[in-house]
Amino acid sequence: MALGLTGYVVLAIILLTVAAFFMARSRAKSTAGGDIRLLHSLPNYYGYNAAMFAAVPAFGVLMIWLLAQPMIIENSVFKLIPERIVSEGSSRGLVMSDVRRVAEGLDIAVAQGALTDDEADNIRTEFKDVRSILGSVGVALGSNVEPEVLYAAQQYRAKSETGTFWMSVAVVALAALGAALAIFVTNADFRARNTVERGALALLILAASLAILTTVGIVLSMLFESINFFRLHPWTDFFFGGSWAPNFRGDSDLSILPLLWGTLYISVIALLVAVPIGLFAAIYLSEYAGPKTRSAAKPLLEILAGIPTIVYGLFALLTVGPALVSIFGRGEAGLLGVDWMSGATAVLTAGLVMGIMLIPFVSSLSDDIINAVPQSMRDGSFGLGATHSETIRQVVLPAALPGIVGAVLLAASRAIGETMIVVLGAGAIAKFSLNPLEAMTTITTRIVSQLTGDTDFASPETLVAFALGLTLFVLTLGLNVLALYIVRKYREQYE
Amino acid sequence: MNDMRILERDVDTNTIKIAARGVQVYYGDNHAIKDVDVDIQDKTVTAFIGPSGCGKSTFLRCLNRMNDTIDVCRVEGDIHIDGEDIYDKRVDPVQLRAKVGMVFQKPNPFPKSIYDNVAYGPRIHGLAKNKAELDEIVENALRRAAIWSEVKDRLTAPGTGLSGGQQQRLCIARAVATEPEVLLMDEPCSALDPIATAQVEELIDELRQNYSVVIVTHSMQQAARVSQKTAFFHLGNLVEYGETGNIFTNPEDPRTESYITGRIG
Ligand SMILES: Nc1ncnc2c1ncn2[C@@H]1O[C@H](COP(=O)(O)OP(=O)(O)OP(=O)(O)O)[C@@H](O)[C@H]1O
Ligand SMILES: [Mg+2]
Repeated sequence: MALGLTGYVVLAIILLTVAAFFMARSRAKSTAGGDIRLLHSLPNYYGYNAAMFAAVPAFGVLMIWLLAQPMIIENSVFKLIPERIVSEGSSRGLVMSDVRRVAEGLDIAVAQGALTDDEADNIRTEFKDVRSILGSVGVALGSNVEPEVLYAAQQYRAKSETGTFWMSVAVVALAALGAALAIFVTNADFRARNTVERGALALLILAASLAILTTVGIVLSMLFESINFFRLHPWTDFFFGGSWAPNFRGDSDLSILPLLWGTLYISVIALLVAVPIGLFAAIYLSEYAGPKTRSAAKPLLEILAGIPTIVYGLFALLTVGPALVSIFGRGEAGLLGVDWMSGATAVLTAGLVMGIMLIPFVSSLSDDIINAVPQSMRDGSFGLGATHSETIRQVVLPAALPGIVGAVLLAASRAIGETMIVVLGAGAIAKFSLNPLEAMTTITTRIVSQLTGDTDFASPETLVAFALGLTLFVLTLGLNVLALYIVRKYREQYE
Repeated sequence: MNDMRILERDVDTNTIKIAARGVQVYYGDNHAIKDVDVDIQDKTVTAFIGPSGCGKSTFLRCLNRMNDTIDVCRVEGDIHIDGEDIYDKRVDPVQLRAKVGMVFQKPNPFPKSIYDNVAYGPRIHGLAKNKAELDEIVENALRRAAIWSEVKDRLTAPGTGLSGGQQQRLCIARAVATEPEVLLMDEPCSALDPIATAQVEELIDELRQNYSVVIVTHSMQQAARVSQKTAFFHLGNLVEYGETGNIFTNPEDPRTESYITGRIG
C-alpha cells in the first residue's frame, strides 16, 4: 500500500533520528580522539541525545498539527455552507458531516482511480452524478450531493492538502534542525548523560500527567454535558423529585432519588453477602490455612475476580433469578408455596450475584491487611493463653479494622458503579420499595438505557445520563477517597 | 543486704518446677538449641545469659510452647512442668500458656486501651467475677509493674501511645494480671531507665515468693542482682548452669569466664 504524505514524514523523521544517533556518537568519539574515557558520558549517550532532539520536537509538532488542522479547516469551511441548504430539522453540524463524508469519498475515489485528482477538484454536480460515482467506490450517501456541499468538500480537500504539505515541510525541517543542533553541540565536555536523564524524566512526567489529564478531561466533559442538562431541566426535580419517568416526547420526570434508592439497596445486599464471606475467607486463608492450601485457594478465589461482569449478569438472569423464583414465587408449585416473586429480575437476584462478584475483592484486600498485623501482636495474645479465635477476634481484627473498613468502602464503591449485573439482574422499574423480591433499577442501568437506541443529544432525556454519571462519579470518588484515607492512616500505625 | 540474699537462698525450696532433658530446637536446617538439660526450681529466679543469637529466646519460648506458632520451628526432647510433659499430645498449649506467662523481648501492647490490655488475660480466663474485681486486678497488676502512677489518669488511652519503656511495663502488668505460675521474661528491662529497672527488679524479687521466674538478660549486674540461678548459653549449648554466685565468682568453663569478663559476646 502506498504511504500517504504523513507516512513519508514519519519515515523521514525516523531516518533522521537514526542518522543523528550514529553521527553524534561518532562525532563524540572523534572529539575525544578515540579515547572514550575523555568523554563526559558514554558515546551512546551522545547518540541518544541527538536522537531525542531529532525525534521529540518533530513528533510533538506533528501530533499537534494533525489534531489542530482538521479543526481549523472545518471552521473555515463551515462558513461556506449557506443557510439555505441547512434544511428543516437538520443542523449545520449534520451538513458539515456530509461535507466531511463527501471529501473522504473524493479521496477514496481518487485513490481507486475512479476520478483523477484534477477531476476531483473541479467536478460539478451539474455535470456529473457525484452520488453515483462515490457510490461506485463504496461511499454511500443519503441524498444527492448539493452543489454547495460539493464545493465545500472540495475546499476542504484543497485546504487539507496545503495544510499537510506545510506540515511536512515544518516537521521534517524541525527534525533536521534538532539533529543538527544536537550534533553540533556534541563534544567531549558536553553532558549528554545528564540531558538524556532529563529527557527520561520528562517522559515519565508526561506519562503521569497524561493519566491525570484524561481523568480531568473526562470529568470536564461530564460536567459540561451535565450543565447542559440542568439548563433544560430543573435541578430541583433531578435531586429532590420523587419519580423517574422519562418520556421522549418531553416533559419527563427525571429524579435521581428512585435510582439512587435501587442502587444503594442492591449494593447493601451485595455487601451483606460479600463482607462476611470475604472476611471469613480472608481470616481462614491468612490465619489458619497452611502454605499449601493458601497457595492453592488464593488463586482460585481470585479467579472469581477475573470473570467478566457480563457473565455474572447471565448467571443472575439464568440461574440465580429462576432459583429465587422457584423458592419465593410460583404459588403452590414453589418451594415455600408463596407468591412473593414474579420475575427473575429482582433486587435480591442482582444483590446476591454482585455479592459473589465482590467476595474476592473483599477477601484479597482483607487478607493483605490481616497479614500486615504484626506477628508480635498475636504472640502477645497467645502468650497470655488466648486461643487462636480469641486472638483473631480480640486482637487481630480490632487491629485490622480500619483497613477492613477501607476494603469494604472500596467494595461498596464498586458495587455502586457496577453495571452489567444490574442491567441483566435487577430489572428496569424505578421505584421506592423495601421488598427485595421486586424488580428495581439503578443509576447505571438508566444511564445505559438513556443512551441506547435513538438518541438526541439536545434533549434532557438523553443529557440526564451525564448528570447521573457525574453524580455516580462523585459518589464513588468520595467513597474511594475516604477508603484510601482510612487505609493509609491504618498503615502509618505500624510503620 | 548481700548476707540477706544468701540467707534467702538457703530458705528456698528445692522442688523442681521445670525439667528439660535433651532439648533440641531446629529452625529449618538451623540447629538453634543443642541438647540442653536444665532443671528450673520453683520460687526461684533463673537468669539466662549469653551472647546475642545463642538461643536464649528460643529456649525460653520452648517453655510455653510459643515456638508452635513458628512454622519452620521443630522442638525435640522432653520438657516437664510439675512432672507433666508439656509436649504431650494431651496438653493444651493454650492452658499451658495461661500457666506459663511471657513478657516478650520487644514490647507488644495490643491496639486497645491500657485498661483493656491488662484486663485481656483475666477476661479470657474468667479471673474476675465482676467489674470491681477486674478493676482491682488491673490496678494491682499495674502497680506491681511500676507503671500505675504514670497511667492511672489515662486508663482509657491506647496502650500503643505509651513510650517504649512504659509499653514494656504495661506488657509486664499484662502478664502478671493473668497470675501465671511461671513467668518468662525476655529482656524485660532492655528499654527501661534505671529507676523503672529497679522497680521491675523489685517486682521480680516479689514474684519469687510465689512463682518461678525465668529472665533473659544481657546485663551481668542484673543477673547477679535478681537471680539465684544462672544459665550461660553459647552457640545453642547450655555451657554452664548453677548458683548465680558461683557462676559469677567461680565459673568452671573458660567460655563462661571470658563472657562474664567481657571477652566474648
Ligand atoms: N523465627 C525464627 N526463624 C528462624 N530462625 C530463628 C528464628 N528465631 C531465631 N532464630 C535463630 O535461632 C538462633 C537463636 O536465636 P534467639 O532469638 O534464640 O537468640 P537470643 O539468644 O535470644 O539472641 P538475642 O540476645 O539477640 O535476643 C539464631 O541463630 C536465630 O537466627
Ligand atoms: Mg532474644
